[in-house]
Amino acid sequence: MKATSVEPTPYALELCGLSKRFTLGGKMFSKKRALYAVSDVSLRVPRGQVMGLVGESGCGKSTLAKMLLGLTPPSEGDVLIQGKSITHSDQKTLARHVQPIFQDPYSSLNPRRRIGDIIALPLRLHTTLSSQERSQRVTAMLDLVGLPKRATQQYPGQLSGGQRQRVAIARALIMRPDLVICDEPTSALDVSVQAQILNLLLDLKEEFGLTYLFISHDLAVVEHLVDRLAVMYLGRIVEEGSREQIFAAPKHPYTQALLASALTPDPSLDIPDLGLGSVQPDPSRPPAGCAFHPRCPQSSPECRERRPSLPPVDLHGTGRVACHFA
Amino acid sequence: MSNNISTGITNTSAPLLKVTNLQVKLPVAAGTLNAVRGIDFEVQRGEMLCIVGESGCGKSMTSMALMGLLPQRANITASQLNFDGAELLSLTERQRSGLRGSRMAMIFQEPMTALNPAYTLGNQLCEVLRRHRKVSRQQAKERAIYLLGKVGISAAEERLDQYPHQLSGGLRQRIMIAMALMCEPDLIIADEPTTALDVTIQAQILRLLRDLQREFGTAIIFITHDLGVVARIADRVAVMYAGEIVETADTTTLFNAPQHPYTQGLINCIPTPGKTPPGSRLQAIPGVVPSLIGEVKGCAFRNRCSRAEERCTTAPALIQATQAHAVRCHFATSPVPSTAIPCEVLHESHQR
Repeated sequence: MKATSVEPTPYALELCGLSKRFTLGGKMFSKKRALYAVSDVSLRVPRGQVMGLVGESGCGKSTLAKMLLGLTPPSEGDVLIQGKSITHSDQKTLARHVQPIFQDPYSSLNPRRRIGDIIALPLRLHTTLSSQERSQRVTAMLDLVGLPKRATQQYPGQLSGGQRQRVAIARALIMRPDLVICDEPTSALDVSVQAQILNLLLDLKEEFGLTYLFISHDLAVVEHLVDRLAVMYLGRIVEEGSREQIFAAPKHPYTQALLASALTPDPSLDIPDLGLGSVQPDPSRPPAGCAFHPRCPQSSPECRERRPSLPPVDLHGTGRVACHFA
Repeated sequence: MSNNISTGITNTSAPLLKVTNLQVKLPVAAGTLNAVRGIDFEVQRGEMLCIVGESGCGKSMTSMALMGLLPQRANITASQLNFDGAELLSLTERQRSGLRGSRMAMIFQEPMTALNPAYTLGNQLCEVLRRHRKVSRQQAKERAIYLLGKVGISAAEERLDQYPHQLSGGLRQRIMIAMALMCEPDLIIADEPTTALDVTIQAQILRLLRDLQREFGTAIIFITHDLGVVARIADRVAVMYAGEIVETADTTTLFNAPQHPYTQGLINCIPTPGKTPPGSRLQAIPGVVPSLIGEVKGCAFRNRCSRAEERCTTAPALIQATQAHAVRCHFATSPVPSTAIPCEVLHESHQR
């Protein structure tokens, strides 16, 4: 660990073979089973970039985010933030480097604390600043996220959804973290407010040189915001590459279907027919071979037997895809 | 059962549903919430009307008022709430419950909370039909199996013995759609039916709804906040803001020539691949939706509108831009003046 701190890595975040296994059943009559919410995920996020993470519900996006935040320990593999492993660091140290912005600003803020206290809490826990210095920092932060100074005295219940999300952003950024995990930060907001928050996230990224891991299911938003994109399916990354690569020429059939399913507001287009069938996968009983094969329009006997592997991360950030046909 | 089943669009030219000056008021702790502030619209037989708007704009309140599902304390008034010749507000509760599920059905956003977890799917599907029609258990079951096939559920017969929790979200929503179709209603109100679903499943459910609507000739009021969905599925669109309909038009017109600043703002603020350069600033609509508690004076959008001026403090009337395009804005114009437009409207539009 010491050696890596001497020479700073160009990556804000590195995931090495990260897995999370849950055990199901084992009670009364049910047999014990393992559920891999995340399996063997390797990923590198260069500093100052936005890495998008997309996939359907249940694909492991949020479990991955929880591991990065130290909310749940990984079963296998390692997470490196600024080149340092977080596996053995405590929650408090970790919180200085990684901060979350959650989906629902209604449940992520304590309704009984004033906005000023909510934003200042990380400073109280992690710094020795005086209360006056803290309140100065809070006011400056409020200004940055576009909230009036009087908001410090208000309670979350008095704010709208968009304003609450601004508070959540202010709280996440007050410690100047290296990495911000945005878990569907705008999906609970109205579209007119979504644009305000996305603009704010982009501005703050410039201002502080932040790195974002941006988890979302809205592909139009993802295309707008990210530099790189990773697509997850049943706990594994099936495709990863730069925004240009993936949006211009998606290689994995699942990525292709995801991109086709994004509905742009163009009345001359029809509702896409994805040909995926109505079967939704069960993460506790993943299909043999390629996990996507039961829904894949191109699947062959090989896909049923052998799981295609994702090439390892290389230094040039070449696009990677886990498909026999790619 | 067969005598109740129509085979497509009925010949009558009168609209299936005609709503004039619908208002919904709810008493809340801080006063009166004017959730719906006098809206007018029509739904033709076999038509897909999308009502689009942000949270709190009154779109769900409108649908609940039409279905008669609002609590007793809600004050619902309307000059006209005419469903196929019947004035809904003058019907007794018994008569209205005879319509619900039978001639007008609803599909809710969250199928898990809309389905009863304690009953089998077969039970819940057949109940709708047996409640409204004189059919045997066997006939009801046959109809349920037929419709489950229609909504793309395989092994329909076994599904009937399953409980809602045994299905995925997409399948549950298919069950809700089958349930809505059980009595072959004239009107289905679908309130954000795909919002809780994954994007790939959403596309499938939308296709399904659209295909079934064409096959059965059912009119659908589709309520959503997602303009992408609206563009792909609607015949006609009504945009709601702060309890009012601010613009109505056919889908192509609404997206290609929107006139209300709010509609324009909504369309411009979503990133559109190919149009919005990645990483560029989005055109956000500044500010927040006004509170609807107490009386709203003037144009409700004026505090967020870049064009707002003095006259916006008076409430704008609905201006007929073309025969099928109405806009509630002082700045609305008629691009091609036609004889169908009253002269005072033309006069107003030329004042700019």
